[in-house]
Amino acid sequence: MSFQFTVSPDFPPTRLPSWYLFNTWLQKSTGLSIHLEMFPDFESQREAIAKDKIDLIYANPYDAAMLVREKGFIPLARPKDRLDEAVILASADFPYEEVEELKSGMRVAVANDPAINLLGMMMLEPAELHSGNIEVIKVDSYQAAIRKVLQGEADIAFLLKNSMMRLSKLVQSQLKTIVESQIGDLYHTFLASTTLGEHAETIKKALLDMHNSPKGREVLEGLEIPAWEEITPEETDFMINLIEALK
Amino acid sequence: MEDMKPEHIVGEYKEYTLTYYDGTTRKVLVTDIETPYPDGKLIVSTTDLNGIITHANQAFVDMSGYTREELIGQPHYILRHPDMPKAAFREMWETIKSGKTWRGYIKNLRKDGGYYLVYATVMPNFKNGKIVGYTSVRRKPSRRKMEEALRRYARMKAEEENS
Repeated sequence: MSFQFTVSPDFPPTRLPSWYLFNTWLQKSTGLSIHLEMFPDFESQREAIAKDKIDLIYANPYDAAMLVREKGFIPLARPKDRLDEAVILASADFPYEEVEELKSGMRVAVANDPAINLLGMMMLEPAELHSGNIEVIKVDSYQAAIRKVLQGEADIAFLLKNSMMRLSKLVQSQLKTIVESQIGDLYHTFLASTTLGEHAETIKKALLDMHNSPKGREVLEGLEIPAWEEITPEETDFMINLIEALK
Repeated sequence: MEDMKPEHIVGEYKEYTLTYYDGTTRKVLVTDIETPYPDGKLIVSTTDLNGIITHANQAFVDMSGYTREELIGQPHYILRHPDMPKAAFREMWETIKSGKTWRGYIKNLRKDGGYYLVYATVMPNFKNGKIVGYTSVRRKPSRRKMEEALRRYARMKAEEENS
């Protein structure tokens, strides 16, 4: 029997091969047959989840909350030192510097990342901006959101802060940060469905030990994850409650 | 809960005695110094069914001026500012105990006697269909809406004192 593994579709396309390498490593380390299924967007991934077609997932905080509460998924690990924070960006020549200067009617480019969009909207609240008085421009990636800002088709964009590190110096110089979140309690999570049974513990052990082998470290480097660390049920509950309160 | 101590207070202060819903009282020392709420920061805490703090994130520690150890195990009303009317919290508790989410503007008291202003969301946490505790998330408020709320609270407070 082969288990189905998937990854939250919020990573840059250049990282796709690293996830396939990770899956090969995971199969070798656990002796389990695991098929990596990548979905082009959140909708198609959610459909597969709804039909119980996913056994293992590296999920963003928003989906992790849903998977634990509604589907009974079990958190196995989280990436060490990789918090999910959101950034609101504008082009360098944008006339405003702070959130409270932003006006209704702003054109906001958003990638379809539910956790980042929740945080982005939360950070607009001091300016009394909400979905009813801004123009939301939906795009399919953070790169596309940045393009909208640089081409003048959007005023601001919501981004995952970690994705900023991959921008070239030239692009970074054409952008400015209006605000970034400082939450410290949200992170992607590696989750297992109850269909995995006792294998969930095998996978968890392999993940937590991954950074101790040269091959494991090499694969982790490709994913820009220093190591996996344990996540307690209390930490998971706390993150889920936070996401629920922000909805 | 212990009374606030003059040695923790920064600046000139006034003294008030607060009586909480459970009948306990506390001497609080209050200054006019506002700690501005930082952009993008989220204060998150959880409490048990009685409002006793069970989890506090770093932003809560930073903004309240208390250490995490001082916060955990204390009633959430450790942050109660004397400018806040009792009716505001009564309404909040009625809402969350009935299983609904409460949202509102709050003036919170810091350990150093100063204050900070927040927009708060408080919601019940369910397990197996039962409320097992509450989560509160606080973020930077709109200045205009906060000022409106503070004017409303001042009126409510005056009514409470005259009744």
